[in-house]
Amino acid sequence: MNVNGVQHHILSVLVENRFGVLSRVAGLFSRRGYNIYSLAVSPTEDERYSRMTIVVDGESAPIEQVTKQLNKLIPVIKINELPAADAVERELMLVTVRADGAFRSQVTELASIFEAKILDVGYEAMTLMVAGAPDKLDAMTELLAPFGIVELQRTGRIALPKLSREPSKLKLVRTKGA
Amino acid sequence: MQLTGAQALIRSLEMEGVEVMFGLPGGAILPVYDPLIESSIRHILVRHEQGAGHMAEGYAHATGRPGVAMVTSGPAATNIVTPLCDAYMDSVPIVVITGQVPYAVIGSDAFQECDTLGITMPVTKHNWLVTDAADIPRIVREAFHVATTGRPGPVLIDVPKDISNATMDWYWPEHVDLPGYKPNLKGHPKMIKEAARLVAAARRPVIYAGGGILKARAAEALREFAETTGIPVVTTLMARGAFPDRHPQALGMPGMHGNYTAVTAMQRADLLITLGARFDDRVTGKVSAFAPEAKVIHADVDPAELGKVRRPDVPIVGDCRNVIEGLTKAVRSEYARGERPDLGPWWEQIRRWQAEHPVRYEQHEEGPLKPQFCIEMLRDHTPEDTIVVSGVGQHQMWASQLWRFDHPYTWVNSGGLATMGFAVPAAIGAKVGKPERMVWAIDGDGCFQMTAQELVTATAERIPVKVAILNNAYLGMVRQWQELFYEERYSEVYLSPDLPDYVRWAEAMGCVGFRVEHAEDVVPTIEKANEIDDRPVVIDFRVDYREKVYPMVPAGASNDDIILGPETDRPGGR
Repeated sequence: MNVNGVQHHILSVLVENRFGVLSRVAGLFSRRGYNIYSLAVSPTEDERYSRMTIVVDGESAPIEQVTKQLNKLIPVIKINELPAADAVERELMLVTVRADGAFRSQVTELASIFEAKILDVGYEAMTLMVAGAPDKLDAMTELLAPFGIVELQRTGRIALPKLSREPSKLKLVRTKGA
Repeated sequence: MQLTGAQALIRSLEMEGVEVMFGLPGGAILPVYDPLIESSIRHILVRHEQGAGHMAEGYAHATGRPGVAMVTSGPAATNIVTPLCDAYMDSVPIVVITGQVPYAVIGSDAFQECDTLGITMPVTKHNWLVTDAADIPRIVREAFHVATTGRPGPVLIDVPKDISNATMDWYWPEHVDLPGYKPNLKGHPKMIKEAARLVAAARRPVIYAGGGILKARAAEALREFAETTGIPVVTTLMARGAFPDRHPQALGMPGMHGNYTAVTAMQRADLLITLGARFDDRVTGKVSAFAPEAKVIHADVDPAELGKVRRPDVPIVGDCRNVIEGLTKAVRSEYARGERPDLGPWWEQIRRWQAEHPVRYEQHEEGPLKPQFCIEMLRDHTPEDTIVVSGVGQHQMWASQLWRFDHPYTWVNSGGLATMGFAVPAAIGAKVGKPERMVWAIDGDGCFQMTAQELVTATAERIPVKVAILNNAYLGMVRQWQELFYEERYSEVYLSPDLPDYVRWAEAMGCVGFRVEHAEDVVPTIEKANEIDDRPVVIDFRVDYREKVYPMVPAGASNDDIILGPETDRPGGR
């Protein structure tokens, strides 16, 4: 699996905001033997819909089949397939790392290099928050590991298409109050 | 007008034109069975919920209209999962309504509660849990729309008991609004044109006709296309009847137990015109060795089928009828421009294969009764438009090989899921849908024992179906595999010819029962059975257990390695 390389695909899936939809999507992946690498679900600008950002690796899941099968689910409204090269991706990570005595300043230094925020400080540990491209989160995790990671959570990535460098017609979404 | 959820449900079914439903009541669905008493809908009380599901399927297969089944929650819902999965695999439009425990107690492990929505999600095209009685008409409307349009399939509506008892203001939605469901039926003109170009250039083309032809009611269009082009037609197990077997261009069934010519014509083809078929492994054999020289045109209403197994050169998303009609037109204009290859050499080759390798068996006068002989006699001594329903196994393959299907919707079987026990209930459903037609189930003894109790339903409801059991006292297809691929080590396949006593069992269920042990009695008994029209008939044909289905392509082998028969038990090939 090469999630940060070229093989992974990001599917931005607009779905009806109803109960059971996540289960339908997840069920489809498991039934067809596809592997979900990461999944983020969030409300959208329109309350009837939610957006799922699904990262799949192209090896376990022939991306064209995944998209076509997803499209057959009735609550799936629209799928945007974002090849990694054409997307900006971000992810958020919370990590609690051992940072007692002498190591506290080293961890703090690393945090500042990665533009991480210190959310909490305890007697022998610190909780950091870092947002960024997934490989940045990987790098930080690797560098924090020697100190001793107590707990770690990542949100799964969200992504938007890269913008055109040429003039183009932008389509605006309607939001409440706008 | 105020109605209860239950009344609204029945009313909605009436609005959808439902004339008959198959079901069995129970706790959670009780409220819905009450207004059924006043309804115009005929209800057929089954003896097992699986029967209700297969009857709905048989009805849908025979009529083209959606079959409807209604059962209660919990075990009833799980009992109907098999027919849902069967219908899902074979794209059969059925609408299943299940009772559910009151919405307020869902998730509490209440009496007869199960997660019907979750369990049936992977085997339905879509399913709904009703959470508000006011949603019932809209959901029923959506359910029928989803079941019958695009690639048809089963749907399920789960109705909690308190929702059935709640009241709502009756309305009937004018239209269906499903923003995430817009089947593309038209077929892209550019793709059709490109396909026509390939058709007009091919020298060894084969039309690979699948069940989608029947679903799209495109048999006429197929015939016109075939006759316009002069191209041979294979009809898959799901498409038997989609093209008349007596037509000179018909090659019959391809696949694992297809005839030599159908299998080999596809292997040697330079173009497969795939219409509503899905490159099932039972058709392709080893995919990498399937039709190696063929370009592929693939038309299907389900875009996910295009490229799923074999990458098409020309993919066409669209309803088979639209696509075929478009293709016929486009091919004619290609011909008009002078592009028309000579298919003469191809047909000469095909006729040679047909002459050299017919499907065959031998019935000796004094010898054991052959199952194939029984099927041929049945074929020759029943009306031409008889609806044949089969179970799953050897008898199914022989029926598909040897029957002559000259009309669409005369063949009802379980293809994709291959559900043993399908025949009896599906035959009942077909007969309910087409009461004027003779309906014969061709069943195996193993299959029959799985769902035979529905003959009680048939007797009680006066549905005079006929059942031919090809009783070889074995799970015959499994036995065949053990004989051929497990060194004749027979493991758990013997069933006994006399246990149960099929004649007495049939009689106990209110049917007429016959037993046939000799070739000379086959035709007279069939004729006797044909005359009985006031109750079901069962014939117990005691057939030769050694008989195997040939030709056969072993599982996972290339279609070139087709085995023609016991005496030529070697790869056939070229």
